[in-house]
Amino acid sequence: MAFGGGYFKTTYAGDLALIDTRLRRAALGLLVFALIVLPRFASPFMLDLVAQTALAAVGALALNLLTGLAGQVSLGHAGFIAAGAFTTAVLVEHRLPSPLLALPAAALVGAGLGVIVGIPALRLKGLYLALGTLALHHVVLYACGEFQSHWGANTGVSIPPPRFGAWVLKGTIAWYYALTAIGGLVLVLSVNLQRSRAGRAWMAIRDREIAAESVGIDVARYKVLAFVWSSALTSVAGALFAYQRAFVSVEAFGFFLAIEYIAMVIIGGLGSALGAVLGAAFVTLLPYGIDAGVAALRVPGGAEYYLFPLKFGAFGLLMAAFLVFEPQGLVGIWRRARNWVVLWPLRYRPLRPAS
Amino acid sequence: MARPALMLLAALLGVTATVTPALAQYRIGMSAAIAAVLVTITLGILLRAAIVLVYTDRIRHPLPLLGLANPPRRLPGGAVVSTFDLLTVAVAATLFVGLFAFLRLSPLGIQMRAAGEKPLLAAQRGINFQLLFALSWALAGFAGALAGILYANNVRLDPSLGVLGLKAFAVALVGGLDSLGGVIPGALIVAAVEVLSVRYGDPLLADVSPFLCLLAMLPVRPWGLFGTREELERV
Repeated sequence: MAFGGGYFKTTYAGDLALIDTRLRRAALGLLVFALIVLPRFASPFMLDLVAQTALAAVGALALNLLTGLAGQVSLGHAGFIAAGAFTTAVLVEHRLPSPLLALPAAALVGAGLGVIVGIPALRLKGLYLALGTLALHHVVLYACGEFQSHWGANTGVSIPPPRFGAWVLKGTIAWYYALTAIGGLVLVLSVNLQRSRAGRAWMAIRDREIAAESVGIDVARYKVLAFVWSSALTSVAGALFAYQRAFVSVEAFGFFLAIEYIAMVIIGGLGSALGAVLGAAFVTLLPYGIDAGVAALRVPGGAEYYLFPLKFGAFGLLMAAFLVFEPQGLVGIWRRARNWVVLWPLRYRPLRPAS
Repeated sequence: MARPALMLLAALLGVTATVTPALAQYRIGMSAAIAAVLVTITLGILLRAAIVLVYTDRIRHPLPLLGLANPPRRLPGGAVVSTFDLLTVAVAATLFVGLFAFLRLSPLGIQMRAAGEKPLLAAQRGINFQLLFALSWALAGFAGALAGILYANNVRLDPSLGVLGLKAFAVALVGGLDSLGGVIPGALIVAAVEVLSVRYGDPLLADVSPFLCLLAMLPVRPWGLFGTREELERV
């Protein structure tokens, strides 16, 4: 078979390996190589799109830890992103613009918020949890809005480009490499979390909380841990967002952003790191795809007015369609396609492995 | 088009827009409540896009267009409110009494409460709970559309009006999700906090005050002031 040897492993190292077949290793190597040489061929616009996707993927992976693995639905994701971005803004206002300080500070603020949300969230389930996180989102935005109107300029806070000693991170290509590398790191972190003790505990809690507790998982501790990991990573994404845009304003972190992140993990496929990345790419690239499509159609006059509602509507329609028709998301489609190719001309895997 | 026809049309739109998620809900594998929330939100996004596409993205004031006025009225005691404010109170009261009568007295309403409490048991007694869920979505949509009509006439019509609906969550949860009687105290509390925070705080604070009420209520009594206490699940 082209993928994986099933459960037959002869060494512990083989069992621990992240990438278990030669084909996968080759494919991954090829992907990394392609990402490294991409700036030689692609336009700055393309590079920017990839960078944006990588940044969105960090946020989506973080949300996936919480919603996909631990099963705790959060509508407050944009609030955590805002918290990270505004941590950076506060530090910049106090003349401490170094990212070496801002990124850990954002992670700390995020982790703190995660504890603050996670502990009351232990009592809440389903709808109540979703609404609680939604309320939290509004409260965080309110705090950020107060900061913005009292200390920052009324419209927002400008962030200088990150500076490491004498070297300044700016320009599309530098940002492309930085964000793609960070996206890759967070991907590895999230995959490793998923297969660690915490990840397994989260999945058990997601599937059935009482059963998880009865096999000795400390449900309260792991739920709070999920909130802490997720919000810390999300805040880091927010800080990066602030640096990349070079500007922080409350208007960028509305309720719609939270919905976009939920859409990323749902369209990608809940509970799968690959899904979160695919979903991030899908949701980030969709508006540009529609732009390109409309430009290609050459609609005469007044098309600009319809572009925004068209993007908005297409997003809503696709999210509803995925929710209803493909709850497994893009990753479900990918798995089915892969199985179809591998198993063809058969339809199902053999029940017993051929001896 | 005549005025009543327009209003009827708006109400009908609300109904169709809310029957769809009810139908959609049954295909989704996630926990039903969350799926319903997400489908509602996405349909809200869709509807908003549709409104901007076929109508306008500009802020409108429908009253002059309809040729109506909204004169201020002086109440006994010296308070001054607009006519539509009074109308809103009257509509809310009528709706409340109507819903109360429907849920308490009519067979359909009693079936609806049964289906809400235990869908499985209700289905076994021959209640078509899917139809009832669709009906409840339609009722909710109708009430929401009424609120939208009144708000648009009283304040302004603007495509991002839907954000207002988020406040309704706060009211419903503070009062208790499964308690119709809790709606009025819930609404009064949330509204009072909002008015007080405009008076003593600032407008930004007033915007989040419903959510602050919600956050204050959730850790203490997640089921709300008058809701049914939920049974704890423990090992």
